[in-house]
Amino acid sequence: MFNTIVELIDQSAAYASVAEFMVAVEAENSGRTPTQIRAIMARNLEVMEDSIVQGIRGVRSVTGLTGGDAKRLDQYLAAGDFFLGETVLAAVRNAVAVNEVNAKMGLICATPTAGSAGVVAGCLVAARDKLNLTRAQQVDFLFTAGAFGLVIANNAGIAGAEGGCQAEVGSAAAMAAAALVCAKGGNADTAAQAVAITLANLMGLICDPVAGLVEIPCIKRNAMGAAQAFTSADMALAGVRTVIPPDEVIQAMDRVGAQMPSIFKETAEGGLATTPTGQRLRQQVFGDQ
Amino acid sequence: MAKEMRFHSVFDIIGPVMVGPSSSHTAGAARIGKVVRNIFGEQPERVDIYLYESFAKTYRGHGTDIALVGGLLGMAPDDERLPQSLKLAHEAGIKVTFVPKSDKVDHPNSARIILQKGAHKLSVLGVSIGGGNIQISEINGFKISLSMGTPTFITVHQDVPGMIAKVTQVLSEAKVNIGTMTVTREAKGDNAIMILEVDDRRPDLAAVLRALPDVHNVTYFE
Repeated sequence: MFNTIVELIDQSAAYASVAEFMVAVEAENSGRTPTQIRAIMARNLEVMEDSIVQGIRGVRSVTGLTGGDAKRLDQYLAAGDFFLGETVLAAVRNAVAVNEVNAKMGLICATPTAGSAGVVAGCLVAARDKLNLTRAQQVDFLFTAGAFGLVIANNAGIAGAEGGCQAEVGSAAAMAAAALVCAKGGNADTAAQAVAITLANLMGLICDPVAGLVEIPCIKRNAMGAAQAFTSADMALAGVRTVIPPDEVIQAMDRVGAQMPSIFKETAEGGLATTPTGQRLRQQVFGDQ
Repeated sequence: MAKEMRFHSVFDIIGPVMVGPSSSHTAGAARIGKVVRNIFGEQPERVDIYLYESFAKTYRGHGTDIALVGGLLGMAPDDERLPQSLKLAHEAGIKVTFVPKSDKVDHPNSARIILQKGAHKLSVLGVSIGGGNIQISEINGFKISLSMGTPTFITVHQDVPGMIAKVTQVLSEAKVNIGTMTVTREAKGDNAIMILEVDDRRPDLAAVLRALPDVHNVTYFE
């Protein structure tokens, strides 16, 4: 098992890829065979793809507060006139789609959490189309993301209630960035650079859900996470290096999470949740409390 | 780095597959409901659910109520019928009430579930610890700690002599090591519950245990 990014890079060097290494570690820890482990991950991938397809078709959340934006983005993308590259805009659309499905109590794969489930799935499906990834490569993408995610989860955290949105969308974007680097042929060290750049850029992001719901601003934050993941991956692949080492960035993120006041940690007591409109929406959904 | 490692599996990070919107408030709640139903062993006529702290404040927005009841109907967190659970419970003739409480408890995401069918009654305190992972911390007033993620058998059996020996013999013959074991009961000679955390994944042994005399139900979890 590995507990730091340095250990992950060192130990995975003996394997064909970070993904291969992750499968071997999982087999060792769980007693399952690599075939069984890959089958479970393939099922997660199917759920991710289905949630994207469903979200793009157009959905409405249980509360009625959100929905329909993935469909809007899909139409905008199809019209062909936009700023971002097609792959990144598709990832943004996909990320929004997954989290709109999440908000309507549809089926998603928590990656690493439900509220941040759009980032890795959204980037993976966009990269799949850009790089013509095989099924096995797509499953590997998730093992790579999971390997870096484990280090972040164990040394900082992945729960908004513990560390704010940096722990959820921040972690998800870092995981996606690492997997994008490896999918494009980068090595574990380059992937680690992308992780550090991502977490440094999203450090301090608060969790301030309107009415305590996983909708506003969570859905749009997933779009931002997907775009940042591609930015970090391209920067790392271009040879840009982090000045603060990846493990130190993760430790800083953990400290920031601990120092963050609880009003910014999933309690709906700060940020957008306490704006006049945020409070009005809370009343609208739940009535007087 | 000296932090305790809380996550060991890649599927703690990529997964679970679940019905949204929250891993702790929805997926965890469904798992609590399902475990509680399995310990009870039959469909209840009446369920009273007491919600604490974060569960009490945000249960409607996160579908915690829907997920708990879905679990009590036997649904897993990835069951797409979950959103209809309240209606399905009503159609099944189960009377469900929710009571948000302001009392302080040990963990912010806690629910006490009291199930009844005739004279058969069970009270369980379930806790959602994050990422869909749960603990059962109390059964019928007995403090226990049951963490999902470890292979676990829960037996519901008649409180007669020799049951522990019979159950542990099955595991012994299958060369399965028992890590922890908890035994509790509703009343002397009534239903008793045994919770065994084991080291190996052997879901097949549930059927063997179920076939033992005086065993009412056996459930296997991971």
